[in-house]
Amino acid sequence: MVLALVAAAAPAAAQNPPTEGVRVGITYQPGMRPGLIVLGAARTALADSLQAIVARDLDFSDQFELITLPPDDSLGLGEIGTTGSLGFVNYRLYGALGADYAVRILPPETDRVTALVYDVRQELVRRELSLDLPPLGDPGFRLAVHRVSDEVMRAVTGAPGIAASRLAFVRESRVYRVDADGADAHAVSGPGARAFSPSWGPRGRQLAYMEFHDRGGRLYVAEVPAGQRRLVPPTEESLNYTPAFSPDGRTLVFTRSGNDGTDLYSWNLADNCCLQRLTVGRFADNLSPTFSPDGRRLAYVSTRAGLPQIYAMSADGTGQELFAPFDYGVTGSSNAPEWSPDGLSLAFHRDVAGSPQIFVMDVAGKTVRQLTSAGRNEDPTWAPDGRHLAFVSNRTGSRQLWVIDLETGRVRQITRGGEARLPAWSPRID
Amino acid sequence: MRFSIPLMAGAGFVLVALACGGQPAPAPTPAVDSAAIRDSIARAEATRRADDERRAREAAERERLAREAAARDSLARLAAATERVRGMLAAMINFDYDKSNIRPGDAAVLDQKIAILQANPALRISVTGHCDERGSDEYNLALGNRRALAAREYLVNRGIAADRISTASRGEEQPTDPASNEAAWSRNRRDEFAITAGGDQLRAPGGM
Repeated sequence: MVLALVAAAAPAAAQNPPTEGVRVGITYQPGMRPGLIVLGAARTALADSLQAIVARDLDFSDQFELITLPPDDSLGLGEIGTTGSLGFVNYRLYGALGADYAVRILPPETDRVTALVYDVRQELVRRELSLDLPPLGDPGFRLAVHRVSDEVMRAVTGAPGIAASRLAFVRESRVYRVDADGADAHAVSGPGARAFSPSWGPRGRQLAYMEFHDRGGRLYVAEVPAGQRRLVPPTEESLNYTPAFSPDGRTLVFTRSGNDGTDLYSWNLADNCCLQRLTVGRFADNLSPTFSPDGRRLAYVSTRAGLPQIYAMSADGTGQELFAPFDYGVTGSSNAPEWSPDGLSLAFHRDVAGSPQIFVMDVAGKTVRQLTSAGRNEDPTWAPDGRHLAFVSNRTGSRQLWVIDLETGRVRQITRGGEARLPAWSPRID
Repeated sequence: MRFSIPLMAGAGFVLVALACGGQPAPAPTPAVDSAAIRDSIARAEATRRADDERRAREAAERERLAREAAARDSLARLAAATERVRGMLAAMINFDYDKSNIRPGDAAVLDQKIAILQANPALRISVTGHCDERGSDEYNLALGNRRALAAREYLVNRGIAADRISTASRGEEQPTDPASNEAAWSRNRRDEFAITAGGDQLRAPGGM
């Protein structure tokens, strides 16, 4: 398969080169990914936005070698300028450029956009997609375009992409949400209080987070994007944080710190009742819960061995046991666990030579691999595809959000500007 | 013997008149001016009374000023004592990395607070634990909580009623020093103390 990356600046596709020190534990074999070319005559600002967003989403999936054509016709291909719905598809040319698939976004009509996915090798239209599209400038515009990208992914690979998902994070003591490509940030928490520890509900429509008050921290569940929020009643007093929704959305498990130390509690959100204490630490702290995707188990952090390590238990608090093995006296502190969406892996960070690094553990075999080594890297959160992780890194000098692809090892920076931390990646937003 | 002076003057006059030669003419009996003498006496008395009153007023004023000064002094001393005691209450203690045990050097700072709490039964305080920026953000809330509880336990174990000490944690969220070096980090790993009630007038414990 020829890997020919065609010329010049792709319109607005912001691709970051791979970064040093992030390939630990990953072997990457170039040339093994299918080539994909994004076609289309971007004659309007709208079409340009569409094409740029889709091309970037497909690039960020890390599943293709993206081949881009220059916006003008400098290659003399003659096919740019096709405005008809199908026009001539130069399969031979695309194949020669290394593409296995081609995508054309047609100029959108009112409220709808059509995308064609071509199988270049078989020289046929693999899928014709037609999706709702609000006007450019409408708050739902970008998410709708991301859904186009995800459907293109589904047409090519069989599984939807992760473009229509969001990252929540804390910046300057406010909770923000941002599209998975790093654009379109919106504040979720208000300006008046310091916010902390965001966490998504099962369909990406609710975001739980904590707000500090003078003696502690309260948990809220906010509707996204509508914005109204409600207090989680048992958290009005004391210091409550790290909320975690059960996969069915009916239960919220969280950490509470107080005179009894730090322990995990659960609250029945569906029936708005029934606070239960899951752990009784006495001389150890228990915190940072994460549900398995079948809702049956929780992984969490406990200091019962004298330093924080990762444990697991049943969702009702029974059956507590060590989860991520460690060598006492050798292994560094482990924190911030998150169970992968397919249930097979656990991501967390662990101190190595004094700096936290991102680790992934295979749940069945309990084998761990270290994914990062440069700078301080912490607080990993899984993308809905289970192969990308967002995390916080200070490798540029300030804490920012980065994404790593576990299969290719590619790392890219998502946020810039004010320090970002405590990221949470939402499920696909339907 | 004031009132006798004019009599003596009159007597002196008579003696002088007798001593001056010849056949002393029969000296006329000096007319003792009773009215004038009475006037003089009265004037002298009045002057004396005025002097007495004046001296009494001045003494009273001096007393009043002295009392006021004493009161101000005592208030100032009380305020100074309260400020001093507040300073001792506000003194922070620090911790080793990822630890919440009270270090031996910090025990004396806590002992001072115990004495103050014992001398001021209405006093209630809060302890807030803090961390440096390293370590997981969320874990640091738990660590700050443990640091606050460690100070509270120290005080409670030495006789202070538990309900007089509330605790809180701010994790790494409120550093006193924003720098990223060991000096800043060790300053940020701390417990802070604040008065929550009964802090208007504080008595210094004996010997402070």
